Amino acid sequence: MSSLSATIQDVFNEPGCGKNANKTEAERKKGCTKQLQPGGAAGGCAFDGAKIALQPFTDVAHLVHGPIACEGNSWDNRGSASSGSDLWRRSFTTDMNETDIVFGGEKRLYKAIKEVIEKYDPPAIFVYQTCVPAMIGDDINAVCKAAATKFGKPVIPVNSPGFVGPKNLGNKLAGEALLEHVIGTEEPDYTTPYDINIIGEYNLSGEFWQIKPLLDELGIRILSCISGDGKYRELAYSHRAKAAMMVCSKAMINVARKMEERYGIPFFEGSFYGIQDSSDSLREIARMLIERGAPAELMDRTEAVIAREEAKAWAAIERFKPRFKDKKVLLITGGVKSWSVVAALQEAGLEIVGTSVKKSTKEDKERIKELMGQDAHMIEDMTPREMYKMLKDARADIMLSGGKSQFVALKAAMPWLDINQERCHGYMGYIGMVKLMEEIEKALYNPMWAQLRRPAPWDDAGVNWQAKAIAQMDAQAAEIAADPALAEAARRARKICHCKTVDLGSIEDAIVAHGLSTVDGVKEHTNASGGCGACKGRIEDILAAQPAPVLQAAE
Amino acid sequence: MAIVTTSKKACSVNPLKMSQPIGGSFAFMGLRGAMPLLHGSQGCTSFGLTLFVRHFKEAVPMQTTAMSEVATVLGGYENVEQAILNIYNRTKPEIIGINSTGVTETKGDDVEGFIRLIRQKHPQLERFPLVYVSTPDFKDAFQDGWEKTVARMVEVLVDPVEAGTARDPVRVNVLPGCHLTPGDLDELRTIIEDFGLKPSFLPDLAGSLDGHIPDEFTPTTIGGIGVDEIATMGQAGWTIAIGAQMKRAAEAMQQKTGVPFRLFERLCGLIPNDEFIAFLSEISGRPVPSKYRRQRGQLADAMLDTHFHIGGRKLAIGAEPDLLFDLSSMLHEMGAEVAVAVTTTVSPVLERVKTQEVLIGDLEDLEELAKARDCDLLITHSHGRQAASRLKIPFYRAGFPMFDRLGAGHQLSVGYRGTRDLVFDLANLVIGDREANHQPTPDTWRTTESGLEVVPPQLH
Repeated sequence: MSSLSATIQDVFNEPGCGKNANKTEAERKKGCTKQLQPGGAAGGCAFDGAKIALQPFTDVAHLVHGPIACEGNSWDNRGSASSGSDLWRRSFTTDMNETDIVFGGEKRLYKAIKEVIEKYDPPAIFVYQTCVPAMIGDDINAVCKAAATKFGKPVIPVNSPGFVGPKNLGNKLAGEALLEHVIGTEEPDYTTPYDINIIGEYNLSGEFWQIKPLLDELGIRILSCISGDGKYRELAYSHRAKAAMMVCSKAMINVARKMEERYGIPFFEGSFYGIQDSSDSLREIARMLIERGAPAELMDRTEAVIAREEAKAWAAIERFKPRFKDKKVLLITGGVKSWSVVAALQEAGLEIVGTSVKKSTKEDKERIKELMGQDAHMIEDMTPREMYKMLKDARADIMLSGGKSQFVALKAAMPWLDINQERCHGYMGYIGMVKLMEEIEKALYNPMWAQLRRPAPWDDAGVNWQAKAIAQMDAQAAEIAADPALAEAARRARKICHCKTVDLGSIEDAIVAHGLSTVDGVKEHTNASGGCGACKGRIEDILAAQPAPVLQAAE
Repeated sequence: MAIVTTSKKACSVNPLKMSQPIGGSFAFMGLRGAMPLLHGSQGCTSFGLTLFVRHFKEAVPMQTTAMSEVATVLGGYENVEQAILNIYNRTKPEIIGINSTGVTETKGDDVEGFIRLIRQKHPQLERFPLVYVSTPDFKDAFQDGWEKTVARMVEVLVDPVEAGTARDPVRVNVLPGCHLTPGDLDELRTIIEDFGLKPSFLPDLAGSLDGHIPDEFTPTTIGGIGVDEIATMGQAGWTIAIGAQMKRAAEAMQQKTGVPFRLFERLCGLIPNDEFIAFLSEISGRPVPSKYRRQRGQLADAMLDTHFHIGGRKLAIGAEPDLLFDLSSMLHEMGAEVAVAVTTTVSPVLERVKTQEVLIGDLEDLEELAKARDCDLLITHSHGRQAASRLKIPFYRAGFPMFDRLGAGHQLSVGYRGTRDLVFDLANLVIGDREANHQPTPDTWRTTESGLEVVPPQLH
C-alpha cells in the first residue's frame, strides 16, 4: 500500500495533465500544492476536493473522520441529483472530541463504521481522512482494512486531508482511492459493445439527464458514471467499459488515464456544454465504440440523432437572436467551462467581452483564443471594482459567473446568471443550451433592473456610489497618466505571477541585474512562475520585449 | 426540570452542530471594517465562508492562514504573520479577528505569543486592533465560539473606566446572542430608540449582513459596530444581554467598566417582552409608547387566533441552546407539547426547557425521536429538510444555516411584533399541512373490528 506522500508524488507526475506537461521536473515535484498565500487565499482544501469528487456516488455512505468542522459545516451542500438512493445526502462523521485527540480516534472510527453498517447497510463505505486525525497519526487505511474484513463489506479509505493541498489535488487523490481500492473489484452481469464510462461528471441539478436519453436512444450504455448518480457496484466493474469520456478536464484525469493504461479503455476529453460540443462528443463516443468493435451503423444512427437534435435546438435558439442582438456577456469562470460556454453563447449571437482564465490550463486558453480571436480579454485576477467598471462601461450587459463574484454584479444592479455548481438549472446538451438562453433572456429583460437603477428620492440623479467609485478610478487613472513617475510605478506594479505575487518591476530588475534570458532564470531569481506556471507566457513576452541581455550587462 | 443527556453514538449522523471557530468568525462579522481570520488550513475557512454565503446570499469576508501540512507540523508563526500583513496591506481593515481551529490547536500554536512578536516586529501593527480567541473544532459548538469571541472583544476592545466616572444614562449596550437575526437586531434597535435610548450593539450583524447595498467596494465587512464605538461602551448606563450565552460577555463588561447588566434569556413570547418593555421604561424613565401598547394587543389577539392550531401540537425541535430555549418556551406557553428537544452543546438553560429530556445529539436523533413520539411539528435549521420530508410533518426553519429558503437574515422572533408574525407563520404552516395531507374521507372513521377508530391516524 503506497503512502500518502508517494500517492501525491504520483499524482503530480500525471502525464495526462496539460498544466503538468508545461512544467519542469522540479516544478512537477512541487505539483499542484502551490504555496497558498496566508491572508490572501480562497478556495477549498484537498478534503473538500475529494468529497466533491466522490460524494455523488449515491448508494455509498460517506463517513468523514475528523472534528465537526469538516462535515458539520459543509454537508448537503452540492446539487447532484440521484435516480435512486439518497444515502449520499445523509451525513456521517466521527465528530472527534478532545478525548479522541489525546487517545487517538481509531477506535471511534471503527465503531462508527460498525454503526453505519448496522443502521444503513450500504454496499460500501468511503472513509475520508482529515487534518486532525492525520496529525495525531490515526491510520485510517488499517482501520478500514480491519473493518472490511470484520464486516465483509468494502470500506474504502480516501486519504486526502485538507492541509496537503487545494481542492484540485483532492479530486485526484479521490481518483487514486478509486483506482487502488474499487475499480476492477467486481464483474458486470453482462457487457455490450456499447458500454462507456463517463468520468468527472457530477450530475449537478440532474443536468446529465438532459443528454442521457440520447445515449439511451442510441443503445449506448453508461456502464459507470464517475461519479454523478453513480452506484458503487457500477464503479467496481467499470473496468469492463469499451471507451470513456472525460468531462471535467482536470478533476479526474488520473482516473481516465490509468484506466486506459491498466484496462485498455481509451478515453477522450469532451463536453456536453454547447451544441457543437455535444454533437462532437456524441460522434466521438460512437467513433470510439466502433473502433472497439461496435457495428459501424452506430455512426449513422448517431448522425441522425445529432441532425435532429441540432435542428430542434437551432430552431429554439433562433427566437433569441433578435433579443440578443448587440448584447454583451462578461464570463467569469474557470476551467473547462470557459471555452465550451463561449462557443455556446456565440451560437446564440451574444458577444463575449471577456472571460476569466484563472483556473484554465494553457490549452484551455489556446481554445479560448481560437474561439474569440486574439482580442479576448482574459481576466486573470480582477478586483470587484474593476469587474464592476467593466460591466458599467457598457462593455457588458450581463455577467455569467460562479457564486462567489455574483454580488459585484447584483449589488451594482446588473443582470447575473450562475453557471457554477450551485445553480438551480441544468445547462447540458441541446436542451440545456436552450434553457441557458432562456435564463439569459429572462435576466437581461427583467423590468426590475430599470427600477433598481433609479436614484432614491433623496439622491441626486447619477450621483450614486457606483458613479463615485468609477469617478475615483478615473481620477486615479488620469493622475497616473499625467505623472510619468506614477505611470512608471503603476506599470511596474502590474502583477505578473499571481501565485507568488511577483510584479513586472521585480522581474525586469532581475532580468537586468542578472542578464536573464529564460523563464527558468527568471524563476530562479524572482520565484515568478514557481506556482501554477500559468504566467510563463507573460514572462516570455517580457523577456522578448527586453533589449538583448548582453547589451544590458555591458551598461 | 429537563434531564440533559448526551448521545452515546460513535458516529454522528446528519449533524445539527457546526464548529465553534466559524461561530467566532460570525461574531467578528458584526464589526465594521473587520476581516475574520481562521488560523487553520484553507478548507476551514472555505467551508464556513460557503455556509455564510448560502445563508445570507451576501458577499462575506473571511480569510485563512492557509496552513499546509509542513507549516502545521513546524508551527504557524510565519503564516499568522504573513496573513496579518497581507490583510492589513491589501484590504485595509479596521480590525482583524482571529480564531484558532482544530489543526492549529492540535499542534498547540501560541497565537497570543505570535501576536506579541508580530507587533514588535512590525511597528505599524503596534496599536492595530487584533483580537484572538482560542476555539478548537473538537470542543463545543457554534454558539460557544460566538460566546467566547464576544467576551474577548469586550476584554480587548472596551476601554476601562475609572470608578466614579459619570455614565451616560441614555447609552445602552446590547449584547445579542448568535441566535438573533439582523432583522431581530433592527427590531430591537427600533424598540430601544423609541424609549429615547441610544443602543450600541456588540456585535451588530444588522449593520453588515442585512443585505443592504454598500457605499463602496470593500473587501472587509460593509458595516457593523466600529472599534471606536466599542471602546466607549464602558460609558453606557446599562448593558442588555440577550440569551444566556451572552452572560459571559456582560460579566466581562461589568468587571472591566462597572456597567451593570440585565440578562434577558428570551425575547420571544408575551411575558419575556413584557419584562423587556418594562425594563426599558424603567431605565429610560419614559412611559411605554402607544405603539407598543398596540403591538401587545395585536400579539394577544394573534395568540387567541393561533392557539387553536398550535395548542396540542407535538413539537420536535433541534437548535442551539438559546434558540431552543426561546422558541420551545414560547410554543409551550401557546399550548404545544415539547416532545423532543435536541441541541448541540451544554448550557444552563437546558434543564429549564419545558420537556422531559434534552439530548445533545444530531438530526438523526431528532428524526428518530420525532417519529417514535409521533411529533407533528418540526423546527430546526435547513439541514432538517431531509428529515422533514421523510417524517412528512410541517417543518419550520429556524436558526443557522437556512440555505434553502430566502430572507434568512430578516426572519423575526423578538418583540411583540416578531412573536405575532412568528405564531401566524407557524399556525399557517399547520393549517396548510392539514389542508394538503389530512382531509377527511368517508372512510376516515370507518368501523374496524374493534369499533370506531378513536384517533384516525391520517387526521393527526
